[in-house]
Amino acid sequence: MQVHLKVNGKDTTVDAAPHTLLVQVLREHLKLTGTHVGCDTAQCGACTVMKDGRAIKSCNVLAAQVDGSAITTIEGIAAPDGTMHPMQAAFKDCHGLQCGFCTPGMVISAIDLCTHYPKASESEVRAQLEGNLCRCTGYQNIVKALQQGAAAMASA
Amino acid sequence: MGASDFSKLPHIGESLRRKEDYRFLTGAGNYTDDITMEAQSYAVFVRSPHAHAIIKSIDISAAEKMPGVVKIFIGKDLEGKMGGLPCGWLINNPDGSPMKEPPHPVLALGKARHVGDQVAMVIADSVEQAKNAAEAVEVDYEVLPAVVDVRDAATGAQLHDAAPNNHCFKWILGDKSQVDAAFATAAHVTKLDLINNRLVPNAMEPRVAIGNYSRATEEYVLYVSNQNPHVERLLMTAFVLGLPEHKVRVIAPDVGGGFGSKIYLYAEDVALTWAAKQVNRSIKWTCERSESFLTDAHGRDHVSHAEMAMDKDGKFLAMRVHTDANLGAYLSTFSTAVPTILYATLLAGQYTCPQIYVEVDSWFTNTAPVDAYRGAGRPEAAYLLERLVSRCGWEMGLGQDEIRKRNFINSWPYQTPVALQYDIGDYRACLDKAEVLGDAAGYAARKAASASKGLLRGIGYSSYIEACGIAPSNIAGALGARAGLFECGEIRVHPTGSVTVFTGSHSHGQGHETTFAQVVAARLGVAVEAVDVVHGDTGRVPFGMGTYGSRSISVGGAAIMKALDKIETKAKKIAAHLMESSDADVEFANGEFTVKGTDKKVTFGQVALTAYVPHNYPLDKLEPGLNETAFYDPTNFTFPAGTYICEVEVDPATGVTRVDKFTAVDDFGTIINPMIVEGQVHGGLVQGIGQALMENCVYDRETGQLLTGSFMDYTMPRADDFPEFKIGNVCTPCTHNPLGTKGCGEAGAIGSPPAVINALLDALHGLGVKEFDMPATPHRVWEAIQAAKA
Repeated sequence: MQVHLKVNGKDTTVDAAPHTLLVQVLREHLKLTGTHVGCDTAQCGACTVMKDGRAIKSCNVLAAQVDGSAITTIEGIAAPDGTMHPMQAAFKDCHGLQCGFCTPGMVISAIDLCTHYPKASESEVRAQLEGNLCRCTGYQNIVKALQQGAAAMASA
Repeated sequence: MGASDFSKLPHIGESLRRKEDYRFLTGAGNYTDDITMEAQSYAVFVRSPHAHAIIKSIDISAAEKMPGVVKIFIGKDLEGKMGGLPCGWLINNPDGSPMKEPPHPVLALGKARHVGDQVAMVIADSVEQAKNAAEAVEVDYEVLPAVVDVRDAATGAQLHDAAPNNHCFKWILGDKSQVDAAFATAAHVTKLDLINNRLVPNAMEPRVAIGNYSRATEEYVLYVSNQNPHVERLLMTAFVLGLPEHKVRVIAPDVGGGFGSKIYLYAEDVALTWAAKQVNRSIKWTCERSESFLTDAHGRDHVSHAEMAMDKDGKFLAMRVHTDANLGAYLSTFSTAVPTILYATLLAGQYTCPQIYVEVDSWFTNTAPVDAYRGAGRPEAAYLLERLVSRCGWEMGLGQDEIRKRNFINSWPYQTPVALQYDIGDYRACLDKAEVLGDAAGYAARKAASASKGLLRGIGYSSYIEACGIAPSNIAGALGARAGLFECGEIRVHPTGSVTVFTGSHSHGQGHETTFAQVVAARLGVAVEAVDVVHGDTGRVPFGMGTYGSRSISVGGAAIMKALDKIETKAKKIAAHLMESSDADVEFANGEFTVKGTDKKVTFGQVALTAYVPHNYPLDKLEPGLNETAFYDPTNFTFPAGTYICEVEVDPATGVTRVDKFTAVDDFGTIINPMIVEGQVHGGLVQGIGQALMENCVYDRETGQLLTGSFMDYTMPRADDFPEFKIGNVCTPCTHNPLGTKGCGEAGAIGSPPAVINALLDALHGLGVKEFDMPATPHRVWEAIQAAKA
């Protein structure tokens, strides 16, 4: 089965069995290993990517279901010259990551949150992050990073 | 250079942003599952669905004919070809006899002993083909009764012929008759029964391993998500596979969290390494999360009874403790040290309790092996002691802070009655600071405010201490360790003055690439950007014992400091030659060598270049080059300590319990990077509060089935479960390592659970709730309230 996607701005066609998950297409077919698999019940959020501008869990979606979509992975967030997106820069500045495994999903969720809830309070930010687990940071610096990144995105 | 001078160097105490972040933020991390070998094959393990069963036969005939299957191995194929998985710590019974050490086969032999026990390894061209073939492997099991709870172990079905009654060992510390005599004089005895509930570490990256073998070079390469590659290599080559150590390379690239669960030599790592040679192909295995729940080493699982004898003023006279510790189905690598050496020796806590007696019985059960998980024995000790101490306060009519103040140690060094000698601390200062930072004075008003919302508010104290920076090898050896616990650091100065540091420590989130670079840059007067840190590869790093037990800065960092001392000594000789002075007159500071009483100077960069282009050089006395290695064996453990204060709000109608306020004041000695240290505390607090409020690994007591087998049923802490933490520090530098550091990686998980449960009991005291075991889920809290009403 052929799946047509625009991944990080590039038109891509992938040959995959019908039951292939989007995360498998990204990691195994396209070698975009920045998107991670952290669980098998769609809880952890390490697999979060953007589909047509909304955050989705790529472990929970068949590639076929997103045929024709524009997918942005963590590899497509920084500028073409490698300069970090304001949200990535905020995560670094606020020490919002430790082992880095949850980080791609966190950054994508954070960008989605700021885009769709630009004035989220701290408690709203924490609630919206329910779908992204982190075992290292204790979340406090992720929340700060998100708020700092939101402000930077708003003023950009 | 002493710790005090060290702490004044540039970059020390600076919250430098991390050098490693860019690759993690841009999806360029190199985790083991991101690596693909040429023509790699994939392994899937057939695992027992039964907690306890005889394996009568395994029929792979249908499975091995399936598409893509390369080979299938079962336990019998490995028998006689390799040893079992070793236990690294020998514990003896009171009569001197050794603990029971039943065989721990790589693939189950004869019996499966926990749900998930690996019974066969299927290797195929794709994961899907391997999974399909695994389903076709026919195992004939004769199901046996299962035993899960440590209290049932003695009378339950026996797991191992070598361990009658499922008893592994009894271990004692202290003089029972002296302690009993002290109890006889007590004005009051406080008693407590408690459970430290089983946890699943759940690092976000599940385990992965890739085994490789080259016929051409006869070399093995194992990529593995692991915290200590050299230990992994040593255990595997010397104790299991009998391979020449120098022909095996273990690489732990980027690792997505460990928390102890990735210390161990696991069956899968060994099986893949061995099988790579058998099938002459690379083999990758990626653990799935539900598989991880079944097979990663679990943590905690103690049942204890504790008693504290006091005089009429609440001064502690003596303490006695009995603990039943669950080891799981087999002995994991460190497992026997966790409920003994790493536990009982912390039961003096921050207090001057002169007599302590501890007795530990450990048991095999049909559950996953239990081993070190963030804190490893010290959270179990702190939970017991701090719950007991708060209870002593309540029973004596003293506040939780007052009972502690009356018993704090206030002079150091302090020899505890439980083997450890604390070098330095200031426990009173930590408590005082926590009360100020946490606005203890305003508690009454907050309690009233909660009440006006219909909520019960409670406050809980925990004044924890822990022993980390493990460990002095001779003490560890005397206590049963089968390995040394030193660390290694190599400083390679390049001709153009930049530096590569090879460390035996391993970073799986702790930020060593930044912190260690700060240490080296500070000492050598070079830019932090000019220092690179290499870890995780036995092919590049001389040796190391890896990262756990909050040892990296205190032991790994000390090894680096010793290597830097050697660099400095040699560099001074080169500088002396360049400046035509005697070695003794040369001083080094801020990257420059100067001669006392003159204006001569040369830079570190000039010295580095000279070392590698030795034209103006004392070749008759000194070798070229500037590359030094040091091994450091600590002379004692380090003793981080602090006070945590937790305030909870409980809704009595629903049992919903929230942490509304949490204050943590820790004494970690010298802090290199405050931002990184604070991040470690946040992470530890969330794991500890997570244990107290929501995490619980549950097996069905009858069948041994794992009920909490995924993130659906095992509640992981999430961002909206916590308030913002208030973090503070006190600093009494460690007296026995050159940095003055104590380590900070585990403290948060050690000190927080008792603070939360003490707060809960304080909140529920008025409703008559006196006992409570973690986790404080709404259901359990609600039930406790109902039971007290009855």
